[in-house]
Amino acid sequence: MADLSEARKTPLFALHEELGGSLVDFAGYALPVRYPAGIMAEHIHCRDSAALFDVSHMGQALLVGPDHVTTAKALEAITPSTFSKLAPGRMRYSVLLNDKGGIIDDFIVTRPEDPTLDGTLMLVVNGACKEKDYAFLSAKLPEGISLKRLDDKALIALQGPKAVDALSRHAARAEGLSFMSHTPDVINGVAVGISRCGYTGEDGFEISCNAGDAEALARLLLAEPEVEPAGLGARDSLRLESGLCLYGHDLDEDTDPAEANLGWAIQKSRREDGAFPGADRILKGLQDGPERIRVGIRLLGKAPAREGAEIQDQDGNVIGQVTSGGFAPTLQIPIAMGYVVPAFADIGTKINLVVRKRALEAEIASMPFVPQRYVRKP
Amino acid sequence: MTTYYSEDHEWVEVNGKFATVGITDFAQKQLGDVVFVELPEVGRELEKGEEAAVVESVKAASEVYSPIDGEVTEVNETLEDEPALVNSDAESDAWFFKIKIADKSQLDDLMNEEDYKAFVAEQE
Repeated sequence: MADLSEARKTPLFALHEELGGSLVDFAGYALPVRYPAGIMAEHIHCRDSAALFDVSHMGQALLVGPDHVTTAKALEAITPSTFSKLAPGRMRYSVLLNDKGGIIDDFIVTRPEDPTLDGTLMLVVNGACKEKDYAFLSAKLPEGISLKRLDDKALIALQGPKAVDALSRHAARAEGLSFMSHTPDVINGVAVGISRCGYTGEDGFEISCNAGDAEALARLLLAEPEVEPAGLGARDSLRLESGLCLYGHDLDEDTDPAEANLGWAIQKSRREDGAFPGADRILKGLQDGPERIRVGIRLLGKAPAREGAEIQDQDGNVIGQVTSGGFAPTLQIPIAMGYVVPAFADIGTKINLVVRKRALEAEIASMPFVPQRYVRKP
Repeated sequence: MTTYYSEDHEWVEVNGKFATVGITDFAQKQLGDVVFVELPEVGRELEKGEEAAVVESVKAASEVYSPIDGEVTEVNETLEDEPALVNSDAESDAWFFKIKIADKSQLDDLMNEEDYKAFVAEQE
């Protein structure tokens, strides 16, 4: 058994134990890496039906300022994204940047729909990064804008093509949401915030509620015929198949958004104003190509390559490193993500991955490996 | 035939001068879905405790150690095509390799079935 003596418990801890979850310490929390069904079955169930994940370790917080534009501008000063034009009820993926343009964390920003909350932005940050993020935000936010941690909130992800069916039986407003939209709602008399988003590449939702309401909510959703619980293992293989980055692996403070191939998160107006940390480096990377770039990799044999594996060209020269790798349950082949010099980044380029001193044949592949199935117009 | 067990959760079935080695049912449950198995080369001289094979699950790679010294005489090539056999038949069809026992006294360091069951019960 993993040593969980130091790990904090999420509001669903007792439920994970009851469901037979194999608990590990992840980001300082005791969370299930898998349930008895196993990673493969949990992964496939999410692609076919609906899976429930406890993501309560993630940091939920509010930025509270006098009006939307003021709060949005404060956040724009430390990210390469636009928030001032974000419509009420809409969400956006972005990154916090250090002075060199390196990524402190990747996160989601939501502008509440409720006009009485004008000037508030909701943040969801990575669990392992939240203390660092909050310290950074507190140091960087101008006077008049405060950070309010929501440590007493739980977050449940319901992901998969049938998530909408299961959730709509309990939440009136879920079905009408489009991808990357948020609404307050009521489930079983309890106030929740529902976002149509996720990190599996499937349609799905993230539901925020008070910690004390989380277990009843999870049980309600798990009782729906479409829904099975899934752990961190399936969450990881699902996000890898979808070409999504995992902070601390595919992203870190030495990596900028151009290298990470996250140019889509840098809106045109921000490329023009260049008013964000590390803008020189990032904009140059976007224009001329960065020194190294994140790519998808498909292995041609059966052996997987894991994080840290060296990437070589066919002559044995080192051209990069794997940052995430594993077996893709949907495709039934090993896949990986890594950074290479741009000369080797074209789709189909043959490369080798060094695993246990042997060169495994692989090629650069387009991402996502499995098509994303977001519902943009419900 | 007598079966012995190691603290690394390998089983060793002894048949005269030869032994068949695999991983236990407890080990396969810990690993989860096995997606790839790398086997030693036939003829390789293994030392006790040396990395002999690798089992890859969806999430991670795990080493399989040789529980005794000896020369590999045969490997279970079926596992290369059907790695999931490790999950369904860990202690029979999903054997990993056969070895010519170099030093029978090393078997004394391994556990019998009863002791192994107690060992596993402590870990659960």
